[in-house]
Amino acid sequence: MKIPILYNLRSLRARPTATLTTALGMALVVAVFIGMMALSIGFQAALVETGSTENILVLRRGADSELSSGINRDVANAIAALPFVAKDADGEPLISPETFVVVGLERRNGGMANVVIRGISPKAFDVRNGIRITEGRTFRPGSGEIIVGATLVKRIPNTEIGESLRFAGRDWEVVGHFEAGGSSFESEVWGENELFMPVFRGEVFQTIALRMEDPSAFEGVVETLEADPRLAVDAQLEREFYANQGTLLGDLLRFLAVFIAGVMAIGAVFGAVNTMYSAVNSRAPEIGVLLALGFKPRSVLASFVVESMLIALLGGLIGCLIALPINGLVTSTTNWNSFSEVAFAFRVTPPLLLAGIVFALVMGVIGGFLPARRAAKRPVVEALREVGS
Amino acid sequence: MKHARLVWKNLTRNKRRSILTVLSVGVALFLFAALQSVLTALDATSEVGSESRLITRNATGIVFPLPEAYTQRLRAVDGVEAVSWANWFGGTYIDSRNYFAQFAVDEETFFPMYPEIQIDPTQLEAFNGEKSGAIVGQGLMERFGWSLGQTIVLQGTIFPGDWEFVIRGVYEPDNPSFGDENMYFHYDYLFENSGEAATPGWFIIRPSDPNLATEVAARIDGSFENSSDPTQTETEKAFQAGFVTMWGNVGFLVRAIGTAVFFAILLVAANTMMMSSRERISEVAVLKTLGYRDGLLSRLVVAESLAISVAGGVIGLAAASVMLRNNEMLGSILPGYTVLPSTMLQGLAIAIVLGLISGLVPARQAARLSVVDALRRVA
Repeated sequence: MKIPILYNLRSLRARPTATLTTALGMALVVAVFIGMMALSIGFQAALVETGSTENILVLRRGADSELSSGINRDVANAIAALPFVAKDADGEPLISPETFVVVGLERRNGGMANVVIRGISPKAFDVRNGIRITEGRTFRPGSGEIIVGATLVKRIPNTEIGESLRFAGRDWEVVGHFEAGGSSFESEVWGENELFMPVFRGEVFQTIALRMEDPSAFEGVVETLEADPRLAVDAQLEREFYANQGTLLGDLLRFLAVFIAGVMAIGAVFGAVNTMYSAVNSRAPEIGVLLALGFKPRSVLASFVVESMLIALLGGLIGCLIALPINGLVTSTTNWNSFSEVAFAFRVTPPLLLAGIVFALVMGVIGGFLPARRAAKRPVVEALREVGS
Repeated sequence: MKHARLVWKNLTRNKRRSILTVLSVGVALFLFAALQSVLTALDATSEVGSESRLITRNATGIVFPLPEAYTQRLRAVDGVEAVSWANWFGGTYIDSRNYFAQFAVDEETFFPMYPEIQIDPTQLEAFNGEKSGAIVGQGLMERFGWSLGQTIVLQGTIFPGDWEFVIRGVYEPDNPSFGDENMYFHYDYLFENSGEAATPGWFIIRPSDPNLATEVAARIDGSFENSSDPTQTETEKAFQAGFVTMWGNVGFLVRAIGTAVFFAILLVAANTMMMSSRERISEVAVLKTLGYRDGLLSRLVVAESLAISVAGGVIGLAAASVMLRNNEMLGSILPGYTVLPSTMLQGLAIAIVLGLISGLVPARQAARLSVVDALRRVA
């Protein structure tokens, strides 16, 4: 027969300080775990969401980043004419040959940030989903106007609408702000490719983003592009290209999250072991009574493990509460692949919260097992003798 | 000191509890040392740049090169003693995960400018005599099991194609933070084979008087202000520090985690002390009746918690020192990663603070204990 959980709940309430301190210790471990994982998830999500699964990104053969790529105009034209490129209502190919450079801009809070200046074709807004002008309007071709990503506005001065941002030796008028679903595009400045070309690197595009007619056939598209000797390009699913840029740092952060929280957890588990042993010792008579009443040692063991898990659950819940406010907090780091600063938000997702609670429960089970076993193994006579004394 | 025995007896009364608490403090301080060393290593990296060398780069952004003709103009700037230049190659060795830095350098001017790169003169000569020669750090040699004279192939990402290099020299840095995983090769080799016009990525300047570095930097930028490519010049130290800040707010992250670790373990330690003293209420009452003063009783409790936490601190820091100091794997991820003596001292101070605070509540309880109430419980 099982010992009712109410027994454990009341026992915990009888020792509020020990319960709370132990739970809080675990809460901090869970909070660190969730916080660091949220960092890793946020960073990777920002890059994953930059790319679409419906688009192909074309780079010069051998180039591993947009920065080091270079594609001539005739290659861009040849690709635009290929049959698998999707067309818009007017029959125009959905393709955006883009220039990509990184410039140093002063930050609001001092220091320099490396910012992506992307020159896009007018079709870019149709090629890429989810780009939304939040304020102002988009740039007019041939005008020297630019639009600025939402997170960049907060970090870089002179990016408000109507202001002029200076780079590459001239001023550019900011006419709009845009959002891109929290992706790394929001850390970029966009303008017209034809205008950026002469200013930066001459008659050459860096990358080509194109919308596929049939996204499910992307492997064939990639093959056709890479096999064409006139083109000498590498092609990738756009989503994969950007996701790969986040893998290294994302994995490192995830490793650190598990390592740091794991080491912390050892300390917290030791604390839980102490608490549970103390609970078991001070309740020897109770345990004796339970056993004498015919509860199986197994039930006693289960009951104490459950009690330890209840403490852990409390800790896990508090940990989640501590970690929740960091959700959406924006921070930035460098995408070393493109050598540019990318801002991203911590993402505390429901599965992550659940993982935090599971983490806490595991700590609870480990911390509670040995003390619970001692409780279960106690001979009834010995335990009851203590009642008499 | 005459009460040391009493403290010791109390500590050893519940050995398991004391040991577990000592270990959790140990784990916390191990973590502290590991994290703090990330910060000290990053600091060391930003310190590694010299204040007596200047870096001149394209003002538009680090990814833009500068015209080669700037070499002569830079040499003519007042206060400039020597000029060298280099390029970032960005090649891949087999797999992009095998990351290391490769620089195309002007061999004649570059190595004299960098005494940090210590290399056997005959090897340097062999390198100079071979167009595709390369000088490689000792750490890199070990990482890939390379040997002197071996030909390696890198895939260019910025400069397309397969590039062959012959390892002609191995350098050791004079300071671990400088890093022993760089590769240097001939600037001329790069541009004779890339099919592109030779353009230095950045210039390295040695001012004739290091104290005038900032003035010289201003003079350089002034003289290129109205050129097609304006320059930005700063000390190498500032330049390096700029790279470190590109990682983002690592300092804040480390401090936030460190604080959480501290409080988590503080709770564990404080809980232990409270449990112990709760179990000893009757003894404290007896001691009080025997004439022990409140202050002394408090001090006994604090001494006990201090002993636990300092023991834990010593164990944790010793483990960190053994496992993390000059750890090669960590050193290759973050050059110069090591546990500094100052980090150990900070850790010890934290352990002491931890011990004092965790003993605080039970110490006050012991002092305030009413003898009558407590003894009533004994009965």
